[in-house]
Amino acid sequence: MRIDSMFLKPPETADAVTVEVEGRPVVVPRGASAAAAALIAGLASTRASPVTGEPRAPYCMMGACFECLLVIDDEPSQQGCLVTVRPGMRIRRQEGAREL
Amino acid sequence: MKRDFDFVVVGGGPAGLAAAVQARSLGLSVALVDEQPAPGGQIYRAVERAEAEGRAAALGADYRDGLALVRAFRDCGAVHFASRQVWQVEPEGRVFATDGRESIVLRGSRILVAVGALERPVPIRGWTLPGVMTVGAAQVLHKSIGLLPSPGVWIAGSGPLVLHFAAEVVAAGGRLAGILDTARGGLPEAAIANAAGMLRGWRYLARGLGYLAALRQADVRRVTGVEAVEAVGEGRIARVRWRVNGAWNEAPAEGLLLHEGVIPSTHMTFALGCAHDWDDAQRCFRPRTDDFGATDVEAILVAGDCGGIGGARVAECQGRLAAIGAATALGRLPVPERERLARPAREALARHRAIRGFLDALYAPPPELLAPPDDVIVCRCESITAGRIREAVALGCRGPNQVKSFTRCGMGPCQGRLCGPTVTGTIAAELGVPPAQAGAFRVRPPLKPVRLGELAALAEPGEGA
Ligand SMILES: Cc1cc2nc3c(=O)[nH]c(=O)nc-3n(C[C@H](O)[C@H](O)[C@H](O)COP(=O)(O)OP(=O)(O)OC[C@H]3O[C@@H](n4cnc5c(N)ncnc54)[C@H](O)[C@@H]3O)c2cc1C
Ligand code: FES
Repeated sequence: MRIDSMFLKPPETADAVTVEVEGRPVVVPRGASAAAAALIAGLASTRASPVTGEPRAPYCMMGACFECLLVIDDEPSQQGCLVTVRPGMRIRRQEGAREL
Repeated sequence: MKRDFDFVVVGGGPAGLAAAVQARSLGLSVALVDEQPAPGGQIYRAVERAEAEGRAAALGADYRDGLALVRAFRDCGAVHFASRQVWQVEPEGRVFATDGRESIVLRGSRILVAVGALERPVPIRGWTLPGVMTVGAAQVLHKSIGLLPSPGVWIAGSGPLVLHFAAEVVAAGGRLAGILDTARGGLPEAAIANAAGMLRGWRYLARGLGYLAALRQADVRRVTGVEAVEAVGEGRIARVRWRVNGAWNEAPAEGLLLHEGVIPSTHMTFALGCAHDWDDAQRCFRPRTDDFGATDVEAILVAGDCGGIGGARVAECQGRLAAIGAATALGRLPVPERERLARPAREALARHRAIRGFLDALYAPPPELLAPPDDVIVCRCESITAGRIREAVALGCRGPNQVKSFTRCGMGPCQGRLCGPTVTGTIAAELGVPPAQAGAFRVRPPLKPVRLGELAALAEPGEGA
């Protein structure tokens, strides 16, 4: 599910990077984190709590809360706020199952 | 590549950078490991890039000041391991760091832990809803890639960063739905008692007044005297509610940014077995150190906000002192030389610290934050409420570690980073004992989850070590 992002469209830079968020191409500034890309894409939530199934989304953006766990290039449980985007990176929500 | 160093620094903020530069100037070999792609830490995050893109000036003079330190670091000859998370430090001086795919092991005769602060968790109703983040999180997005919150986003909380960030947004041409200021009205007695600090920190206060003026000019709505805040929504925040003088108000919200000050990041020093004390003024644990940042574990030193909140200038002074202390401990700097070198850093430290007591009193977190109502989630990872913690206490649990084995609180991937302070506070309030007596979570390595494949690769001869 998508919503309008709680952030404005990022400033355009010449060296922007295109990544795939939930299968959809999204242009993000170079140096953005994978979690930032998910926020820019307007993902309503980035994962489901493995305990309650509730939707969750990045909270701290500095590596402390682990709410940004994402599936990045098919690798689950990546701390999205600490992973810098690469062109073509595939970013997906992490559903359910306790994977850590 | 070289893996053995005199001095290994963990953290590339003002404390770590200043320490690396100082240590190099004393002839030590230095490695600095940091999980950010570029040096700067929280305050100077991505400062080189912001400068290159012409955004640094709008982020404030204090921010831009960081360029000099970052450049000095780039030129000092320390080996910089960027985008590397440290997931274990051994008391004997081995440091394990991963880039997400592969780990390296560094060895240091002295290790400086300079991992900074984290924002104090703000457990309120609805804080786990998507769309609720911290002010620091939004600031990370703004500093690093120039992202601004939508005009329908609210800020709630208190502390220097709240006004600072709101002013940052306005200066960059952004807008906000409003600020819900939870600072308790007027100056608390303890803050007034610290009037000396207040006078010496006049520059700081003048800056705060400047932010307020800028916000008024930009017509940012500011509600003061806010006693409680809640986020409401189905699967995502839709509205924010707040209480003033006992009466609830509400408004639509596209997002909510929370902030109630910062606390030392003590995960690493706890895992290392360093002694910690409860700091009653800052309401947090902090590692016990001497004047040079040395802990009770011989090879381990601490500098910057992870040893107690002091801000960037204090962090820088402490970083220099730690490097000087380490050089002496390693027999590379005689004691009289150490004292001569340390004097200016000590004097600057005292000057920059002067305002701290005043700020701590002014922005003391409200008691409900440390011991929230029963229905509020404390542990986000395991969805454990304050009520469940109180039940565990009623059943005989006397500290965080017992509560953890009873409820799973603190067992998720964040390992108690985000619930620890609240668990300690809630237990202490229930038992009517000081937080120091309730204690803290025991922390066991690894500090971050590491894949088995990575561990296996480390064990192979010739790899990593
Ligand atoms: C989110 C946030 C925003 C802030 N913004 C401001 C601001 O705008 N202005 C201001 O005056 N103060 C700000 N502060 C306060 C700030 O803590 C101090 O001003 C100053 O940055 C402290 O310097 P430091 O060197 O102690 O730590 P930091 O600057 O926090 O540096 C610590 C560094 O260690 C890294 N690190 C942490 N853990 C690991 C690990 N396991 N492995 C590798 N690296 C690691 C971090 O990524 C960071 O780069 C902020 C604090 C936070 C938490
Ligand atoms: S958003 Fe908190 S760890 Fe990534």
